[in-house]
Parts: sequence; C-alpha cells; structure tokens
Amino acid sequence: MKLNLRIWRQDGENSAGRLVDYKMDDVSPDSSFLEMLDLLNEDLIVNGDEPVAFDHDCREGICGMCSLTINGVPHGPERMTSVCQLHMRHFSDGETVVIEPWRAKPFPIIRDLVVDRTPFDRIQQAGGFISVRTGSAPDGNAIPISKEVADYAMDAAACIGCGACVAACKNASAMLFTAAKTSQLNSLPQGKAEKDRRVLGMVAAMDEAGFGNCTNYGECQAVCPKGITLDFIAQMNRDYAVASTKKLFGCAF
Amino acid sequence: MILDAKIPDGSIEDKWSNHKFSNKLVNPANKRKYNIIVVGSGLAGGSAAATLGELGYNVKCFCYQDSPRRAHSIAAQGGINAAKNYQNDGDSVYRLFYDTIKGGDFRSREANVYRLAEVSGNIIDQCVAQGVPFAREYGGHLANRSFGGAQVSRTFYARGQTGQQLLLGAYSALNAQIARGQVEMYNRHEMLELVLVEGHAKGIITRNLVNGAIESWSADAVILATGGYSTVFFLSTCAAGVNVTGAFRSFKKGAGFANPCYTQIHPTCIPQEGDHQSKLTLMSESLRNDGRVWVPKDPKVSEQLRNKDIRPRDVAESERDYYLERKYPSFGNLAPRDISSRSAKEACDKGRGVSYTGFGVYLDFEDAIGRLGQPAIEERYGNLFEMYERISGDNGYETPMMIYPAPHYTMGGLWVDYNLMSNVDGLFVLGEANFSDHGANRLGASALMQGLADGYFVVPYTVANYLARVGAGAPDPDGPAFKEAKASINDNLNKMLSVQGKRSARSIHIELGRIMWEYCGMARDDAGLKKALQLIPELREEFWSNVRIPGTGEQLNIELERAGRVADHLEFAELMCHDAHDRDESCGGHFRVEHQTDEGEAKRDDENFSHVSVWEHQGVNTAPVKHNEELVYESVTMATRSYK
Ligand SMILES: Cc1cc2nc3c(=O)[nH]c(=O)nc-3n(C[C@H](O)[C@H](O)[C@H](O)COP(=O)(O)OP(=O)(O)OC[C@H]3O[C@@H](n4cnc5c(N)ncnc54)[C@H](O)[C@@H]3O)c2cc1C
Ligand code: SF4
Ligand code: FES
Repeated sequence: MKLNLRIWRQDGENSAGRLVDYKMDDVSPDSSFLEMLDLLNEDLIVNGDEPVAFDHDCREGICGMCSLTINGVPHGPERMTSVCQLHMRHFSDGETVVIEPWRAKPFPIIRDLVVDRTPFDRIQQAGGFISVRTGSAPDGNAIPISKEVADYAMDAAACIGCGACVAACKNASAMLFTAAKTSQLNSLPQGKAEKDRRVLGMVAAMDEAGFGNCTNYGECQAVCPKGITLDFIAQMNRDYAVASTKKLFGCAF
Repeated sequence: MILDAKIPDGSIEDKWSNHKFSNKLVNPANKRKYNIIVVGSGLAGGSAAATLGELGYNVKCFCYQDSPRRAHSIAAQGGINAAKNYQNDGDSVYRLFYDTIKGGDFRSREANVYRLAEVSGNIIDQCVAQGVPFAREYGGHLANRSFGGAQVSRTFYARGQTGQQLLLGAYSALNAQIARGQVEMYNRHEMLELVLVEGHAKGIITRNLVNGAIESWSADAVILATGGYSTVFFLSTCAAGVNVTGAFRSFKKGAGFANPCYTQIHPTCIPQEGDHQSKLTLMSESLRNDGRVWVPKDPKVSEQLRNKDIRPRDVAESERDYYLERKYPSFGNLAPRDISSRSAKEACDKGRGVSYTGFGVYLDFEDAIGRLGQPAIEERYGNLFEMYERISGDNGYETPMMIYPAPHYTMGGLWVDYNLMSNVDGLFVLGEANFSDHGANRLGASALMQGLADGYFVVPYTVANYLARVGAGAPDPDGPAFKEAKASINDNLNKMLSVQGKRSARSIHIELGRIMWEYCGMARDDAGLKKALQLIPELREEFWSNVRIPGTGEQLNIELERAGRVADHLEFAELMCHDAHDRDESCGGHFRVEHQTDEGEAKRDDENFSHVSVWEHQGVNTAPVKHNEELVYESVTMATRSYK
C-alpha cells in the first residue's frame, strides 16, 4: 500500500521543529507501524539523509518505550494497543498519516519523536515502593491475599509507564499513571504500612514535576494501551483524602 | 588465563553456607567508602544495585533505555521457578537442582546450580513482600503452573507478565535507594568500554545517548548485568536494543567468554511472515501446559493446509501426528525446549510444516477448551491469545495457533567463578550475561530465577569478599587508563562515522542474522560452520568499508548506536562459530548434525567435552584461544537425558 507520511522533525530540545512530508510506495499491510518506519529510515539512510529518531525496544507492548502520536492520538487508532503492536492493516491505501511525539510540557522533546520521560521515574522514587530489606521477607504464603485483591493489584500493576495518558490529557496530568501504582501497592496488605506516606509523596512529586490537575476528561483512559481505568484515580483520590486528613490532624502514619 | 572456579569445600548442601561464613565482610561504617558500578537495570542489575545500595555502598547504575524499568527482563511472560513445594507434589531444592542440571544436558557447574535452587524460595518471599501481584488461588495462597523439563508444578506467575512484575518489583527497590541517594541512576548511557587499572576492573566509559558525551566512571568494582546476545541472529524474541557490547568489549579486555555457542531456540514463537519483520514474538511456553503440538502425518495434507485448501479442523484425528506426545510420552508437550524445537524443525524439514512458508506447526487448544471450557483458558492465557490475534490476525480459540522456533536466550556468557567474578579481578557478571547455571540448555522460568538470585542473594555477599581484600580507593577517572580508553572509543566512533558508504547498519545486521541462523542455528555441522567463518569476516569488511551513518556523534544518533552494536556482533559471531565448530559433540541446544542417535537425539561426548570452553581474545582477525574448565560431578551421575 501507499502512504503519505507527515513526520515531526526537530534537531534538539531547543531547536524549532516542523512537519516533513515523506512518501512510502510499498508498505506491507502485515508489517507493524514501527517496521514501516524502519523501512522509511532505511531509504533515508541510503540516500544520506538523517533517519527519523523514535523510541522503541521490546516491540511487544510491554516495555513502554514506544511513544508516537498518530493523527493526533497517542499510540494511534487501535484501542488497547501500543504503537509497536499496531499493524499497517489498520490503515488504508493512500492515507495521510501524521506522526508526532508525545506533546506534554513535562516531557521535553529530545529529538524528532523522542521525548524525555524521566519525571515519571521521579514520581515512582517518591513512594512507589514497599520498604523491605533484601532477605528479610517472611514466607510468600505467610499472608494469604484473596484472589480478588491480587487480581485488582495486578490490573493496576499492568501499567507500562509509557506516558500516553499524559500526552492525551489537555492538562498533561499524570494521575492515571500515578494512581495505577498507588492503587497496586495500597490495596495489598504488605503495602498498607506506607499507604499514606506513599500517596502524599507521589502526588507531591507529580505536582512538582509540572504535571497538571485531573479534570475528569477521561482521555487518558481512552488511549491507555493497558486498560488502566479512571477507577484507580478515584481510589487514589480517596487514599489522598484520608492521608491528608490524617496529616492535618497530626496523626502518625 | 587462570580459571579457578573457587568452588567451596563441603557437601553440596553446605557449600553456600560455609562460603558465606568464611567470606570476608565489609564493616557497615566502611561500606560508604566503596563505589560500585552496575551496568544494567534488568532483573540481575536492578536487584543487585538496589541491594548494594541498601547495604550502604555507593552505587552508580547504567542502562541504555530511558528508564531502568524498561530493561528487557520486562518482556518475560511465563513465570519464575522456585522449589517451594507449595503444591505438595514432591518438589525439593534437590529436585530443582537436578532438573536444572539435567535440563542443561550436564554441561553446567554443579555448585552454582545447587545454590540457585537453594535461594529460589527466598526470591519468591522477597518479591511477594515488595508487592509483586503473583497469581493466587481462591484460598489466598500462591498459585503455580508447570513448565517444560519438569514433572512438578513449581512456576510462579503474574498473568502472562511475570517478568514485568518482577522487574517492577526490583525497580521499586531501586527507586527507594535512588530516593535515599545510595544509587545514582544514569539512563540513556551506553557502556562502550571496561577500564582496567593494574589488572583490576575499576571503571567504564559510556556514551551519553542524548548528547553524545563520552564519559569516564571509576569505582572499586564493576558489575556487568547487560543481558544476552540473541540479537546476533537479528530476528529473535528479544528487544531491539539487546546487545553483546558490554560483554564483548570486556572479552576484548581479557575476560574469558564461556560457551558462546550455547544458544536457546525457543519452540513456541509466532512464525516469520515476511522480509519486513524486525522481530519474532514469543508465545509463552506455559501454553504447552494445555496446548497440544501437532502436524499432519502426511506431507500432502500439510500442503493442502499451506495452500488454504482445507482448514486445520478438517484434518481427522487419525491423520494428525502429536509428535511430542508420541516421541516423549512421559513429558509430552512439556519436553524441554531444545528437544521441542528440534522436533518442530524435523517435522517441517520433512515437508509437514503448515504455515505458508512451510516453517510452522500447530499448537492446538481444542481439547483443553473441551475439557475446561473457554473461560478457564482465557483466565490462564487471555493476554497471549490476544497478542497472537493482534499479530497473526487469527483467533486461537477457534483455530489452532501456528508456532515455530526462534532465537530466544543465550546460555553462554562471560566466564565467572562461584563468586560470579570473571577471571578479571573486580569484574562481576550477573544474569543472562554470565554462563554459569544453565549448561547447554535452559529450562523455562529459570532465567528470572537466576537473575534475581544473582542480584539479590549472591553478589551482595561475594562482592564484599573482593572489596575487603583489595580495600577502598577508586582510581582517578581522569587517570591514564581512562584517558586511553576514551581516546580509543572516540577513534572508533569517528572511524565508523567517516566510512560514509552506501549501506545501513541494519541491512548488514540482517545479513549477519541469516548467516548465523543458517549455519549456527538449530542444526550445525563442520562444513556449514567453516562456511560461516569465511562469510563473517567478509561481511565485517563490508561493514567497515560500506556502512553509512548519517549525522554526528555529538547528538542523539540512533544509527550510530545501532552501528556500534552491529560492529560488535560482527566480531562476536565469529567467536560463536569457532566455539560451535570446536565443540564436536551435540549437547542441549548445540546440535551438531554429525553427532546424533538413531532417533535423532543429541549425542554427547562426555569423554572429550565435559568441560566449559572459555575463549581468550587474541585480536580481531586472529582466532581466539580456548581454555577448559573441567566439569566435575560429585552429587549427580551424568546420564543420557531421557524425557521418554
Ligand atoms: C520474550 C521473552 C520471554 C521470556 N520469558 C521468560 C520466562 O517466562 N521465564 C524466565 O525465567 N525467563 C524468561 N525469559 C528470559 C529472561 O527474561 C532473561 O533472560 C532475563 O530477564 C535477563 O535478565 P538480565 O537482568 O540478565 O538482562 P536484561 O533484562 O536484558 O537487562 C539488561 C540491562 O543491561 C542494560 N544494558 C545492556 N547493554 C548495555 C550497555 N552496553 N550499556 C549500558 N547498559 C546496557 C540494559 O539497558 C538493561 O538494563 C524471556 C525472555 C524473552 C526474550
Ligand atoms: S496509565 Fe496507561 S497510558 Fe498511562 S503510563 Fe500507564 S500504561 Fe501508559
Ligand atoms: S516498544 Fe516496548 S511497548 Fe512498544
């Protein structure tokens, strides 16, 4: 199939960017979106032009590295699908496809379609863990955890940290990402001890990194490749309310 | 090259305890005087960096991705083994140990494997405490599934995302230490050189992938946990960035490379479809718990299937060959990986393959769905069926899946002693990057176990022994050894950039992959390996005279990154073929066509090859020199593997 690509090119964080047109003549519908870009790059390189820089690694929808906005939608048109798992059979012959990086202030562009997502790591460092010294854990079966709770924690833990939720949100809010982690850890008996400290710390880090507020548009949930739902945000808001009330009244966590 | 495995005295059960007791310790107040570099943030590197930071060492951790959470371990699907015997089905530390030794076709080091089995239970405890959401039964206890090469159910899992969850656990522990300031994390930094000072590993040189800066880092010890090298085949189940660079450049600095030819071709991957393909996707082996593998008995029927004249469900039961069940009645579809892969190849080589290229067999869930109902199968493998459909366009509940073997894991790696230290003092190697535990074939769900065992439970003890011996004092990162290493890196990058030829590094990588798959893949022989040893240097020549890397080294340059990795693969591939050629026997995943039984099984030659082959670098375009570590079995008796 033939495609007209319009791709965001930008040399570095402080340079100006622009959309550049490329034509592809022979794209296999069975190839993946990233394989299509591989072919474009192959042509560019052989002709001495600079290839389009984009992030990717596992190409299996699990590492969270790939991060393209396709026709305005982070990860493109398929629901519950990261762009590395998107196949060209979902596009039509002759279509124009606009490819841009994540657009969010806290994620500055490094080059072309590559952005800097380290603020996500900083949110995790502010409490996205259970403090347990290596070697000091009790037997794995010492605390029974109901299947329902384990499943709920797993649903939340499925987040791949890609940042599509932020890119889709007009406030560049990181609530979905942050809530996925607080909900996972706060729902488990092992995580209860640090529940309040965790949610306060992570929300503060989120604000500090410049992510916006959540105003319930729900765009995040719509683009999330892993089905993380707004319910987790509601859960985080409840955890946050409890923790800040306790803090206000000076209760020990 | 001196290869002293430093296996402690005592019975196999006591070795690790004795060793921990006799090891030197670093006093808590002194730990902060020591600096440790950890390259890699996967299960092995992440868990090591977190634990060492927690103990009070100053740790610097490096990875090439934009976050430590994205290390390739994230992609592991099926599960992690541990000898907990929660299922009360007769499991024990000794059984896990024995299964691993046997699975590895008696080519691994007994003492290391026993220790791995011994600490396996602690790993599960640790991960549960971190909040890893393992699958549970209704009673609230941990669930298990079975994996290949074992007759007990000892694999713990978190849906089809076990690696992700374990890695996020290690990442969370790492984050706690980053927050405390004990670990400094350097993302998007690629290690390009190991630096030795007076024969000891004392630092590394990295390239900052964002701005191209070449930087020196010095430390008291260096830990490499850079993963495997399956990407030498170009097409593999691995992430695009997986590379041999860290290990290979250490090899060029004097570290021995052990058994490079031991590679694992995983039996259950989605078959290749066309030339556009950039990777092959694994379908977890756990599927073989319930899926049955078959091809038609008659090649003519296979041809009709390939041409889509008939559908798989049209093939009568009596016309099907469930070849694993037929050949290995007691393990059936759960035969180990090397055996299952070879059987698939054999069936397809005889014209009985069913995918349109002829290289594919069925993995059929019809019986399991009939027996347990579709919801039960969805609960177990839902995300895998989804993934299969997304890639192939077929619904695995309605029609059998198609699978074919693909390069997946590498058992070979840098040689290490019992302390996980290489022959270079101060250089420790963990996880898939070392060679020690899986012999000539790794059992499913054992790599995650090994990575975490190495990082959480082994290296934190053994590194202390080394540090206490040499004392604190990281060298000056601007000293002569570092300056020289930096200059040579810069030269190399400039040389690559200045070729300005006509071919992309990717196209050369694809060509290398074809050579390796053809001559050093699932079946190897003398003539083929000799051929590869002739073709690889020619291709390397082509690379250095005709590669084209646009842009400069002072910016994010994806082609420069790729070209550097391909250049290392082009040298490493030759080492692999030398090893495969030298090992004139078949064992585990290394199948030399000349050495097989009448039934086509791998035929070992214990008299001549019961050793680890450790290669020493002699310069590019010069054959490496081999040293042997003899394998001595005191606790198990070497036997011919049988899964019948
Ligand atoms: C698809 C798939 C499924 C699998 N499923 C299972 C399973 O179910 N059970 C099981 O036990 N095993 C499984 N495995 C194998 C297992 O996942 C790996 O062997 C294991 O995770 C390797 O861990 P590691 O820490 O050694 O390396 P990795 O996780 O590969 O980490 C390597 C790290 O090193 C860094 N790095 C590499 N090179 C450099 C460099 N030059 N400079 C700086 N940093 C560098 C990377 O950034 C990364 O952080 C699977 C493998 C694959 C491919
Ligand atoms: S919540 Fe979804 S969209 Fe956001 S980072 Fe996680 S996986 Fe990506
Ligand atoms: S490349 Fe890993 S999720 Fe897309």
